[in-house]
Amino acid sequence: MENRIFNKEMECMSRKEMEALQLERLKSLVDYCEKNSEFYSKRLAKAGVTADKIKCLSDIEYIPYTTKADLRDTYPFGMISVPMEKILRIHASSGTTGNPTVVAYTREDMEHWSEQVARVAVAAGATERTIVQICFGYGMFTGALGLHYGLEKIGAVVVPTSSGNTEKQLKFMRDFGTDAIVATPSYCMYLAEAARGMQDKYPMDMYKLKYGILGSEGSTPEMRAEIERHWGTGIFCTDNYGMSELNGPGMSGECIYRDGLHIHEDHFYCEVIDSASGNVLDKGETGELVVTNLTKRGLPMLRYRTKDITNINYEPCKCGRTSARMHKIIGRSDDMIKVRGVNVFPSQVESALVGMTEISPNYLIVLRRENYSDSMEVRVELIDGGLLDRYSELVALQKRIQDNIKNILGIAIKVTLVEPNSIERFTGKAKRVLDLRNEK
Amino acid sequence: MYIKQLSVFVENKDGRLAEITTIIANAGIDIRALSIADTTDFGILRLVVDKPYDAEKVLKDAGLTVSLTDVIAVGIPDRPGGFAETITAVADKEVGVEYMYAFISREHDRAYLIMRVADNEKAISALEAHGCDILDGESVYSI
Repeated sequence: MENRIFNKEMECMSRKEMEALQLERLKSLVDYCEKNSEFYSKRLAKAGVTADKIKCLSDIEYIPYTTKADLRDTYPFGMISVPMEKILRIHASSGTTGNPTVVAYTREDMEHWSEQVARVAVAAGATERTIVQICFGYGMFTGALGLHYGLEKIGAVVVPTSSGNTEKQLKFMRDFGTDAIVATPSYCMYLAEAARGMQDKYPMDMYKLKYGILGSEGSTPEMRAEIERHWGTGIFCTDNYGMSELNGPGMSGECIYRDGLHIHEDHFYCEVIDSASGNVLDKGETGELVVTNLTKRGLPMLRYRTKDITNINYEPCKCGRTSARMHKIIGRSDDMIKVRGVNVFPSQVESALVGMTEISPNYLIVLRRENYSDSMEVRVELIDGGLLDRYSELVALQKRIQDNIKNILGIAIKVTLVEPNSIERFTGKAKRVLDLRNEK
Repeated sequence: MYIKQLSVFVENKDGRLAEITTIIANAGIDIRALSIADTTDFGILRLVVDKPYDAEKVLKDAGLTVSLTDVIAVGIPDRPGGFAETITAVADKEVGVEYMYAFISREHDRAYLIMRVADNEKAISALEAHGCDILDGESVYSI
């Protein structure tokens, strides 16, 4: 894998210079919001914040947080801060709960967005010779068009296949010699399985995939290894992160060293906070990611609460970038549970179970209060009959799962083996936690 | 030399044992011997039946975790000391017993042991040297 950097000036800037640039941009953003945003000018006035009161980056803490609820409450155009003739594009989220969240971009915003995605794509291995199939659904969702413009910016050969129609996707891959794919991890896996299913007719060596630019949902390192193994084409997968409120994809992405996602700090100022108290945490601590988009003007974003849990590493990377790196998303603040004072995410339990063939991937966390103390039980389905001969093997399996989870969470839990299919299946978002602590 | 025994993973829930054995009953399968070892959460039901492969299939189809294992069935005299002498013969050869269960037969003065041991061959030679009757599958399934 070749290590390339799209914008050395910005991606390899010294911390001191970067902080100076961020401060300058933050001041100008606050000044802009005061003058142009009806929404923010009220909010900033109420909090007593003006641009000249911002003397250092930590003064950002005087600015109130922005949430998804703010976007919903101002639906559709209440947070747009320029006249409509300056807007070039509108995107919206699915809005599964209430109003969709609408975002809007000026020409300058679009250029910044493409630049951010271009950096992610180059870090992931793409060049002007790369033939890349974009398998995200085109439409109101920012994923497909975001990657599309970013990849065009670096001069790659863009094939906008959109999502679905798996056989056609695979045909183009074989016939075009497609060497990169933009997809969700699960769709990338699905395509690999479908390709394997047809290998009698179309052997796997007909595929030339070298880069998987994966995003829009998280993936564990184990899942990524599985995808790479399934393709068997030498594909190298990287993760990228973003959300429509912050332009879309492109806020951060992995380089070839895959040791955290590089944040484009000249555009995004990141903080990590304690979800419950709203207090900003020290550098390196794990909590909810809060992002200020320093350059966006069509619909500015000040201290947006992403609800995603991560931590940020400010050490320079082996790749030469000095940009801060965020850890892969650990969980959602909505999913977080507190057990004996420890923050627990179902995804952490999941990562302890991944790859164990004795049990099914389904699990349930049960919380109880016994003698004024929380207890946590993890139920897993035993599917391997081979362990039934010796009772001690079942006990050893229980112990192994217990130890794996304890290593990750740092708390002792109970593991219960249950029969296959006895844990409820969900077609949509799975419900993994049964909290009985407030029941008598 | 060996007979097939089913092991079924059973959660400790009211009525679960009844449900599982009903599945076997509905398939017309006859139970020859059974034992259950349990903890507070789960148990392992061990069964010797007349049609072990059929039983394995119906239980798997019902979504249960099942395995078939080779175990030893031994006929022993049904009198005081019959069991103690047999197990002493196995113990003298230092063969560990994982688990076992026993039942008496319809014949007078005869009982059977189902044994799962660490070393099947060593156990069988010890039992044969002791003059025990090692049963094959057919004779157990048709008891």
